[in-house]
Amino acid sequence: MAQIKLSNLRHSYSPNPSSDADYALKKIDLTWDDGGAYALLGPSGCGKSTLLNIISGLLVPSEGQILFNDQDVTALPPAKRNIAQVFQFPVIYDTMTVYDNLAFPLRNRGRDEDIVKQRVMAIAEMLEVEDMLTTRAANLSPDNKQKISMGRGLVRQDVNVVMFDEPLTVIDPHLKWKLRSKLKELHLRVKATMIYVTHDQTEALTFADQVVVMQEGEVVQIGTPVELFERPAHTFVGHFIGSPGMNVLPCDVKGGAAFFGGEKVELEGAVQGTGDGAAEIGIRPEFVSISSNGSGVAATVRKVSDIGRHKVVEAVAHDQRVHAILEGEAPNHGDAVKLDFKQTQTRLYKDGWLASTPGGGA
Amino acid sequence: MKTQNQRAWLFVTPVLLLVAFNALIPMMTVVNYSVQETFGDNLFFWEGLGWFEQILRSERFHAALGRQLFFTVMILIIEVPLGVAIALAMPKKGFWVPFCLVTMALPMLIPWNVVGAMWNIFTLPDIGLLGYFMNHTLGISYDMTQNPVAAWVTIIVMDVWHWTSLVVLLAYAGLVSIPNAYYQAAEIDGASNWAVFRFIQLPKMKTVLTIAVLLRFMDSFNIYTEPFVLTGGGPGNSTTLLSIDLVKIALGQFDLGPAAAMSLIYFAITLFASWLFYTLMTMNDNKS
Repeated sequence: MAQIKLSNLRHSYSPNPSSDADYALKKIDLTWDDGGAYALLGPSGCGKSTLLNIISGLLVPSEGQILFNDQDVTALPPAKRNIAQVFQFPVIYDTMTVYDNLAFPLRNRGRDEDIVKQRVMAIAEMLEVEDMLTTRAANLSPDNKQKISMGRGLVRQDVNVVMFDEPLTVIDPHLKWKLRSKLKELHLRVKATMIYVTHDQTEALTFADQVVVMQEGEVVQIGTPVELFERPAHTFVGHFIGSPGMNVLPCDVKGGAAFFGGEKVELEGAVQGTGDGAAEIGIRPEFVSISSNGSGVAATVRKVSDIGRHKVVEAVAHDQRVHAILEGEAPNHGDAVKLDFKQTQTRLYKDGWLASTPGGGA
Repeated sequence: MKTQNQRAWLFVTPVLLLVAFNALIPMMTVVNYSVQETFGDNLFFWEGLGWFEQILRSERFHAALGRQLFFTVMILIIEVPLGVAIALAMPKKGFWVPFCLVTMALPMLIPWNVVGAMWNIFTLPDIGLLGYFMNHTLGISYDMTQNPVAAWVTIIVMDVWHWTSLVVLLAYAGLVSIPNAYYQAAEIDGASNWAVFRFIQLPKMKTVLTIAVLLRFMDSFNIYTEPFVLTGGGPGNSTTLLSIDLVKIALGQFDLGPAAAMSLIYFAITLFASWLFYTLMTMNDNKS
């Protein structure tokens, strides 16, 4: 159990990095609190796995430090860091039984067989694999193999952190849901710090208390799932989280007000910084509605998809595509409508970053 | 009613003919010889299972079989662990990989009788590089035409030199196919190098090692050309392996009946041992 601090971390896979583009991790300063459930979310190739391997010690960063409880572990090998990691594809020791697989990390550290037995039985009970303890691990189904991999990660009581690197990739969809809730339950029971790497927003948002969103080797935003949804700090987060993602509409800023296609759009509050010019308006489809009083942005409906609980309307306003999520009645294809943006949820982004402050407006 | 389609014969017949001409028919002529006696002039007399009985009771056969088993066991004991060790030591990526692979493959590309001739010259006591070095530089008496131990050491070393590469290449193929995550997981689990070998590398190499053991067993049990060119079965009969003895009986003494019976016994032993190896090595695969 420990607090994990990453300080000024940079990593490049090339021996002589010259530009920023050579870095897989650009500059990471991050603290993971003891006992937290974190998700590391980002598209493939954003540096999530690199970061994970640096924390576990499989990779040594080009620059910066990793501190466990203020102790520098940057140069320590994985076995000395007392961490656990579950990989994308299940890693099991084929020739051993399930019991021996779970006992392996403890036996390697010379624990007494009594303690080994007690821990293995406890983990087997949590994972509900007691009935397969004597089975040869090679004969398990993929989801059970992954369960055993997770079990090996959780079997040591004193680990500083348990890391999961996209652990549900090979699992069937109907079992994914089960294993995900199992993980959440395990976190509540073992209270270890857990870091869950994924590119799947559903996995991240259901598992984690805090989600770290990464893009191109940088941390873009850290926050609770609700914060990420409601106030994305960057248009990337807006795009990446939510389905469909946030509407990002080009606009002009003149004298502290935003104009979309010449029409003034009311923002949530004041615009940070001075200076006019091009910027972007960000609004979630959930907060776009069809105006009933004739005011709002004129648009033409291009597509209506009924996805069950609600309808996703795709409209075009000033040559820009705008999504709206509507409950109940929806317009038809080709209708001319007025779109209403909920003011408290309409934000301004400059160069991709959030540039409006909440609490203003009428 | 179900219609029978006879066209399948058209596709199967070429294979049947091929197998018939390259295996069944030659083998049946051997079976034919093995139950008959001839004094030449193409006159044959029925002999029954007499030749088989004679061979199985013959001390000469027992001695040759013993030498053959000793040779094969030595080959497997040396080449399999050595091959695995070399494969483990080989680089897994980078500039030296192709270099190592080509160097390893070279001995296997040399024709068998050339290997025998090479080692024959190599070990000549007065002009061979090894022979001269042993006798004149180190002062150790080494002449495989005189000393059975020297002859045995030489044929075993020659086979190790010629065929360990096969085990190396197969084991190497097994090793490089292990995903990196296994090594990373083992590192995090605190596994020792021995545990990594025992629980990851060895199990993952098992399939290719089964093939390696089978191939090395069959080839070393049936070996003829190299020891024949190197020692001719001598000094005396000390390196007369089964195949060399068989050729002596069949072509030297022209005893077609006993030679045919011995061929069939030889074949049956090879077949049975291969089956036994395979069964033993794959026995645990389906156990739960």
